[in-house]
Parts: sequence; C-alpha cells; structure tokens
Amino acid sequence: MNLQINRHVMPKLNRRAFVIGTATAGAGLALGLDLPFGGPGVVRAADGAPEVNAWVVIRPDDTVVIRIARSEMGQGTLTGLAQLVAEELECDWSKVTTEYPTPGQSVARKRAWGDFSTGGSRGIRTSQDYVRKGGATARVMLIQAAANEWKVPAAECKVSNGVITHTPSGKTTTYGKVAEAAARLEPPADVKLKDPKDWTIAGKGLKRLDTVDKTTGKMVYGIDVKLPGMLNAAIKDCPVFGGKVKSFDEAKISGMKGVKKVVPVGDSAVAVVADTWWHAKTALDALPIVWDEGDNAKVSSETIAKWLAEGLDNAQPAYIGNQNGDAKAAIASAAKKVEAVYSYPYQNHATMEPMNATVLYTPDKCEVWCGTQNGEAAFAAALEASGLPAEKVDVHKLMLGGGFGRRGMTDYVRQAVAIAKQMPGTPIKLLWSREEDMQHGKYHPVTQCKLTGAFDADNNLVALHYRLSGQSILFSVRPEALQNGMDPAAFQGVAQAGEAAIGYSVPNLLVEHSMRNPHVPPGFWRGVNVNHNAIYMECFMDELALAAGQDPLEFRRKLMGKHPKHLAVLNAVAEKIGWSTPAPKGVYRGIAQVMGYGSYVAGAAEISVTDGSKIKVHRIVASTDPGYVVNPAQVERQIAGSFVYGLSALFYGGCTVKDGRIEQTNFDTYNSMRINEMPKVESVMVPSGGFWGGVGEPTIGVAAPAVLNAYFAATGKRIRSFPLRNQNISFA
Amino acid sequence: MANLKINGKTITVDVEDDTPLLWAIRENVGLTGTKYGCGIAQCGACTVHVDGVAMRSCGVTVSEAAGKDITTIEGLEVNGVMHKVQLAWIANDVPQCGYCQSGMIMAVAALLKENPKPSDDDINDAITNICRCGTFQQVREAIHAAANA
Repeated sequence: MNLQINRHVMPKLNRRAFVIGTATAGAGLALGLDLPFGGPGVVRAADGAPEVNAWVVIRPDDTVVIRIARSEMGQGTLTGLAQLVAEELECDWSKVTTEYPTPGQSVARKRAWGDFSTGGSRGIRTSQDYVRKGGATARVMLIQAAANEWKVPAAECKVSNGVITHTPSGKTTTYGKVAEAAARLEPPADVKLKDPKDWTIAGKGLKRLDTVDKTTGKMVYGIDVKLPGMLNAAIKDCPVFGGKVKSFDEAKISGMKGVKKVVPVGDSAVAVVADTWWHAKTALDALPIVWDEGDNAKVSSETIAKWLAEGLDNAQPAYIGNQNGDAKAAIASAAKKVEAVYSYPYQNHATMEPMNATVLYTPDKCEVWCGTQNGEAAFAAALEASGLPAEKVDVHKLMLGGGFGRRGMTDYVRQAVAIAKQMPGTPIKLLWSREEDMQHGKYHPVTQCKLTGAFDADNNLVALHYRLSGQSILFSVRPEALQNGMDPAAFQGVAQAGEAAIGYSVPNLLVEHSMRNPHVPPGFWRGVNVNHNAIYMECFMDELALAAGQDPLEFRRKLMGKHPKHLAVLNAVAEKIGWSTPAPKGVYRGIAQVMGYGSYVAGAAEISVTDGSKIKVHRIVASTDPGYVVNPAQVERQIAGSFVYGLSALFYGGCTVKDGRIEQTNFDTYNSMRINEMPKVESVMVPSGGFWGGVGEPTIGVAAPAVLNAYFAATGKRIRSFPLRNQNISFA
Repeated sequence: MANLKINGKTITVDVEDDTPLLWAIRENVGLTGTKYGCGIAQCGACTVHVDGVAMRSCGVTVSEAAGKDITTIEGLEVNGVMHKVQLAWIANDVPQCGYCQSGMIMAVAALLKENPKPSDDDINDAITNICRCGTFQQVREAIHAAANA
C-alpha cells in the first residue's frame, strides 16, 4: 500500500553526515557518546584555566565558567542549564559565566558535551541529568582536593558558595585555589544529585545571564560577525521550491559598485558577493535570472487544499496513530453525531534575524560562524558542503536572533559554505533578505482534519474519529524517524501515550493520518504538530459539549477521569479565571488543554468582541505542569511569548502558495502582534515532580483554541479555517 | 559620500546618497547594535533617533540623515551611565532573544522624552515594534518602571 502520494525527493545524505546528523537529531546518548566527568590529564580552557570536567572550568579568581552545549535563542536555556550545574556545584552564582564549546571540540572529544540540538523543548529536560552530574562531580573533586591539601577526610569538609570549610578546624579555601589540584583527581564513580526540594539556585527566578549585552547593542548575533577582509553575499534561491537556475546575466551587474563576484549556489540559487551587503543586495535585485521552475509552478494553495480534502475521505489509506474500540461502527450506529472539518495553513518562523552564516574556507580549514539551534547539525552540514574531514571543520555558535525551530535547519549554512568555497581565503557573510527568508522558510505544515463525534441517547460521547490529512515534517526532515512510513509526530497531543498523550478517554476512538506531502518544505515550527492538533481537538470538544448541551469544562472533565495530570492543569486555569462565576459583562471565556513535550498545559481566555469581528483578548490564564521548574521567571516569559507567537499565527499568519511559490514576502503581508494587542498573561505553575517536561513550546497549543472557544461563546460563530484575517476577524 | 553625525561624532561614509541609513550605520560606520529586520519600516528593529525623533533607519537615506544628530543604541549611554530605559530593561529582565530590543529601547527612550509618564494607551499608540519572542508584557512593565525611575 503506497500511502505517500508525494512530489518530494528524499534528502540525500552522505554516510558521514548521516551518522552525525542523525545521532544529533535523535536521542544521542545511545550513540557512542562519552560524557567524561574529569580525569588525570588536565584539559585547559583557552585562557589556561583548568577544566574540573567538561562542564566546569574554574579560574584562579574563583570565576566559574559553565559550558553550555545547547543554544540560547531567547528561551532562557543558557541561564537554566547554568543554574542546574551551579546548584550541584554549590558555587557562588554571582561568579558564574558561560561558554559554548564548539561542535568540533565536542566531536574531537567523543562528543564530550552530548547532544547540541536545541529543539522540541529539549534544552533542559534531556540534558538536566548529565549537566547536574557534571556539577556534582566537580563539587566532590574540588572538596577532595581541599581535603587532600589539608590532609583531612573529605567528609569533614563542606562547601557553600564556592568556599570550602574544614568544619572541625574552621580552615577555609576557595574553588579557585583548589581547581588546579581538583582537575588532576579521578572523578568519583557515582554522585548523588540533590532532591529538587533542596534547590537554592535552580528553581528560583534568577535573572538571565545574557541581558546586559542585549540592552546595549553589544550582543553579537550571526548577522554582526566581522572578520578581516570579509565580503558580503546576498542570495536568491528559485522562488518555486524544487526549481533550478537556468541562466543569469552576470555582465549586467559586473560594473555595479562594490560587486566582486556572482556565483551559482547549488543548482537552484545565485549569490552576489560584494564589499557590503547593501551593494550585494542592490546588485542581486538588478541581476537578470532565468529560472526553470518545473512542474511545481502549477501548485497553489487551492490545489493543495483539494488534495488534502481528498485525504479526509475514509476510503483513502491512512496511518492509525491511536485507537481503541471501533469508532467507525459506533458512529454508524449512534443516536446522534457531530461532524466538522478544520484546516490550518502554512506558517513562516519569521525570526527577527533573517538566516545568515559567515564562512572562511581554505583547502585546509572550513570555519563557520552562525546562530544555530543545533551546533552539531551545522557542523555536519559544513563537513558535507566543504568536503573536508571533521578535524578541519568547526562551527562557532553565536546568539540567535530567534529560532523557533527554523535554525535547527542547516540550509543557510550549506549555502554559505558553497559560496565561500568559490572564494577560498576570503571570509564571506551570507545574509538573507527578509524577502528571501519569507519565501524560503521551512514552514509549519499544512493540514486538514475531519472530526466526528457520536453520542448515545443519554448524550454520552461514545465515539470520536479524528482524521488528519496533510503534511509530515519527519517525511521531509528526518525520514529515518518514520515508523513503517508513518510519522508518529503527526499525532502530537492526540497520541495514545508518551510525551504528547491525549487527555480524554472515549470508548471508541480512532486517530489517523492520511499523509500528503506537497512540495513546500516543512519544518519544526514552535509547538510543531501540537498547534493544529490542539486547535482541532479543543475546538471540537467545545462543539461536542454544545451538542450535548453541557458546559465545555464539565464536558471535558467527564472524559478526563483517567488523566489526572491533564485534568489538574485544566482545573487550575478554570479556578484562576473564575470559570464557576459569571464573566464581567460583555466578556466571554474559552478554555483548552493539551499535552506536549512531556508537559501538561491548559489555557483559559477572556475576550470581548465588537461588531462581531473585532477581538480584544483581555486576559489569558495558563497553567503548566512540566514536572520541575528550573526558573519560574523564564517559564512565565516562555508562556507569554508562546501566546504571542501562537496568536500572531492565528490572527495574522498563514502563508499561501501561488504558482508554486509562497506569496507572503515581508511583515506587511505576514504581520505579527504588537504591544497594543498583547493580553494580560497570568501563569499558574503546578510542577508535580517525577518527570521532566519542556517549557518553550507546550503552552503555544492552548492560546488559539482558548481564544476561538471564547469567540464562539461571544458570537455563536465557529471558525474552522485560519488565519482569522481571512474571515475578516481582527484584533480590536 | 555623506557626513553622518552619529553619537556625537561626525563620520564621513563613502556610500551612494540613497543608501539606507541602517546599512551605512551597520556596514560603513560599523555599529551593529542597530538591527536589520525587514527593510520596509515595518518591524522597528532598526530604530534610531534622528534629531531626537525615533525613526526606522531602513527607511531613511543617508542624504536625508546627513548633518542631523543621529543616536544609536551604542550612544544611549552617557559618560558610562546607562539610560534609565536600559536600566529598567535590565531590572525587569526584558529581552529574550534580544534582537529587536535595541530598536524597542530606542523607541521607548524617544517616547519617554516626549511623554515622561505614558499611560498604557500612550504606550500602545507609540510602540509599534515587532518582537517575535513576545516580550511585550515585560516591555510594558519596564516602560512604567523607567517612567517612575
């Protein structure tokens, strides 16, 4: 059975890149990872300070340098991971600074820093155990070094804020003084991690470590890199995905000011290299390019929508992601049934900083400077694009001007290497224009969903059929992660079990996916498949409640008896928003819940509507149970930020396809929320412990359905296709 | 060729008259705190002060800016003392990725100069910068904090 009616080519991966790329993308730890916690040979940081282990360098002045392998893109992971290491290390937080090891260094040391990938809300939850162990191991070694010096048992020593005290004698020393000796010790075989109840640095809303440079303009992002002799490149890739360059007329622009070279990039793009980027861009705009757009130029949003709609037909093949009972039979014989079709459009990440990378290539070395969510993937891309061996390649990570999943991809790194390779010895900074960024995204996938619910004569929900049709991200991005062709991630939020499990029990349930992959390249977009799955399921839950004549909250509660953690966050928002008491006059409420990235989240919105179409979102209450909260101030900011991202997409977003290309080219046609549209966001954190869930993404799922359900409460109109601007609905 | 007076210093830049001020600041003067976001005066990441007025520098040419007093994020600090908006930003831990924050801070500094105690409505009208991380709640708190500093 061929389920994939695809016009998509499998990505080609050479063996070397594949090994690193997939190890990086996946769990990582199982794949030849060697996480050292110190040893006899002293490894030194660039300034000569000793590594107590890979995670901790201590300078003679007691400064503690904590190594962070994951990327900071605004989500606060840099600070959170440092808090976890510092907590176990028992160092002085005011003396903590951080440093990124390079992927090249990590690979040379058998992946000493583990997985670099910073996506899927994994930054903290999948590395907390080994980074805490890194801190704890270093603490034990530092205390042992002091005890050795004093010739006393280590058990008689304690440490606080980086000051070690021999309790019986009262003698003290500091981490900076014993670090050199500690670095020479054998690390302990096993260390006990603290009970989070005893945390004093982690678990607190400490200020971020990277704020000052972000308020003075000193923070260096990829776009800000300056190298001696550097030239700048602007690029145009074929606007139709899959198309190629037929020809370009270099002579037309060769005399333009500052232009140094015009180069092909792969078979689909052309770049102009000039002294400044403005000159490069101006010349590129004047360069005549003839494209071979190919068959994809016939594709439009309409043809895609028609193709996806066909997938909603039960006669078409589909992958089953979650089922119990016999939903189709139960629906066929039900006393009453409700059916609705929803759809969700493409979305661009639109990071504030457009894609860019700077590369210095010589036949002996390829160095890359860029913002990336996955240093090792960027490293693998540079390795492949340069053709050089691993020891001659490295990637220097810089602050990201937004990631949201986009910078986990490496297309821009490959392009920059391809350009630099044509100008050996000259550093080249490739920067995409906003227009290039908008038209060459890795888009939130497009889907449709037909939902059918069936009731018995007593208005009990007896069956639910959730039939998705649309694009798989993994098919395009990580085909090796498909399971017999099925994309398990397509069921995020409606899966049977695991980190994105459904929160409802229905006697007869069928969740399935008819995979249809248009030519528009998809990517992981903050929240990923949770975005549309939460809208479909949570809006439909309200439709079912209405059909049953029940309150949306009470209707859900009845189905959630076996899902206590889902229910707990739902109850938390219901209580905080005051669901049991009437809303203020003219204000209407909506509620939603979902699970994603290992965390349970719920949201409740209060809105008012003017003229049936102008929405003022007054307030959104969010609740999350991520197991543990490492920095509540940052969790609060991630919740509010995720709502801005999700509601911007709901109201203003939506990328449409015409003649095979994306129509939106800048923020004038792909708008984003401003401060005047920002609701008051209140966060209720209910960490229940015993598991580690993510933070950056899960809550994005509940903002849209909570607002849409409130909109229905206010107007009686159910919106099932997005963005809202297409329905002439806007912010008030 | 144009003479730009940036952060109190006059700098001669060898660029075409229609070069956007943003790119002259970033590439010819070398001050990279001012960011490129859209190039069409939508997002505000490139906001600087021109004769004290917040302007989107991608939409101003060097010939229009020549001879005027231009202040960038790097020039907001006076004699090593940060502007009260910067201090409020740090105290309220406003930035996430931080990329839009130079422009946001410049827009707010100009607002407070004109309207030292802005109401929420005044803020809504004056601050139209895009922040994809969604820092607006902290931005609003920090504006009020700076106004009361």
